[in-house]
Amino acid sequence: MSSLYHPTVARLTYRALLGRRRALILFSLPGLLLVIAVAVRALSGADDQTADAVLGGFALATMVPLIGVIAGTGAIGPEIDDGSVVYLLAKPVKRPTIIFTKFIVATGVTVVFSALPTLLAGYILNGNGQQLAVAYAVAATVASITYGAMFLLLGTITRHAVIVGLVYALVWESLFGSLVGGARDLSVQQWSLALAQKVADNGAVTSEVGLPAAVLLLLAVTVAATWYAGRKLRTLTLAGEE
Amino acid sequence: MPPESATQQRADVIHNIGYRHYDGPRLGRAYARRSLFSQSLRGAYGLGRSAKSKVAPMLLAAVMCVPALIIVAVAVTTKANELPVEYTRYAIIMQAVIGLYTAAQAPQSVSRDLRFKTIPLYFSRPIEAADYVTAKFAAMASALFALTGAPLVILYVGALLAKLDFADQTKAFAQGLVSVLLLSLLFAGISLVIAALTPRRGFGVAAVIAVLTISYGAVSTLQAIAWDQNNTDAVSWIGLFSPITIIDGVQTAFLGAESAYPGGFGPGTGAGLVFLLVLLGLIAGSYGLLLRRYRKVGL
Repeated sequence: MSSLYHPTVARLTYRALLGRRRALILFSLPGLLLVIAVAVRALSGADDQTADAVLGGFALATMVPLIGVIAGTGAIGPEIDDGSVVYLLAKPVKRPTIIFTKFIVATGVTVVFSALPTLLAGYILNGNGQQLAVAYAVAATVASITYGAMFLLLGTITRHAVIVGLVYALVWESLFGSLVGGARDLSVQQWSLALAQKVADNGAVTSEVGLPAAVLLLLAVTVAATWYAGRKLRTLTLAGEE
Repeated sequence: MPPESATQQRADVIHNIGYRHYDGPRLGRAYARRSLFSQSLRGAYGLGRSAKSKVAPMLLAAVMCVPALIIVAVAVTTKANELPVEYTRYAIIMQAVIGLYTAAQAPQSVSRDLRFKTIPLYFSRPIEAADYVTAKFAAMASALFALTGAPLVILYVGALLAKLDFADQTKAFAQGLVSVLLLSLLFAGISLVIAALTPRRGFGVAAVIAVLTISYGAVSTLQAIAWDQNNTDAVSWIGLFSPITIIDGVQTAFLGAESAYPGGFGPGTGAGLVFLLVLLGLIAGSYGLLLRRYRKVGL
């Protein structure tokens, strides 16, 4: 583990992610979720179906992918963008170590800013009725891990990582997911919902994917993306600003 | 000649390397503003930039237009009595694409000037902060208007080819154009204000999309809940809190559109006035914020 985790790289990544303005957007999204949760609870009282709508429709479908994109690509994208990554690469630190450390930090940030507020919002909305709060928090956690790995990989592949990541999160998962059934099988959101289904009371949450397949796919995507990002960093070419 | 006077004569010759003053016509502020506008507008579609940066805007523009072509083809072959999609509804349906385009292009228009510190160079020319802001704002709004207006033109031409009623279609088309014009101004204003805050392009992209999508996600979730509880007043008032639902509200109240709100409970004329005021206030406010942002030349 020690050879895979580099504290200095972690500290630099952490500071880049939670720099002044970046932190603002990271704080505002969970804040908005909590405000909505409080408002809904005050207006309509505790209701399981409403809680499901807010947690599933807003927290897991919109907030988690967005925070994943910001944290995942933000962990490495800006460094590659302004070329300062060469100073990091010139140090005697293994490329897979750099990627793994950044992955840990990005995931940690995403979990803190998406899974915890989801749990809180769940408790505010219906006091964890039908285990909904815990179920969606678990889903948000696993989704954060996989999103972290995927968007970190994107950050090493393309300079337009944020846009590509957003296209995946918005167009693929929400638009195609609602139109084409097959797209739903290939969506991190559905995989993580499979876990939520297991945790929540019977029938409270539904997913398109079976639990074993979902766990397998989540693990496979996370590991493969992290591994490939490490490889990609070894052959990184720095391009100038177009 | 004595040596002293020779050196004295040469003293001013050394510096004179033949530069001449420019005494031709000067094109002035208006010309510079026009150039900045046209360059920014071209840049928003990747024209005059590298091939790679043409991919995203052109692809998104194509994605905007293809459904319109399909709709027209269906309408012509089935000899329908009206288009399956209203002019005013089209932009609401395609809002994800419009949002992505806005998020991708607004930061490239202003963030890089901040990052490479070209802003002071602009302001060392005759143009002033107001010119810069006006040109960028107008360029972004025009780019968005082209993006959202093109599919409407396709729909209109298709509707005329399908021999639908000319007067009806023209009126609906004009209403659609007004609605997308307002949408372009609103999106351009919001996105430029956000993008002008950060020199990092990637971060600007994420921030713009976050504001556009998160607000819409929150609003539509709340509207769905309010509708579940039959609170139809709340459904329309909640619409005030996200850009696209404001546009929806205004066009429902004034432009003969059917609301895309849950259950179609858009605002009536009275509430619509509030929507219109908020919309105009947001556009004017974002222009004011941009002016404030660029007041300091060095930034």
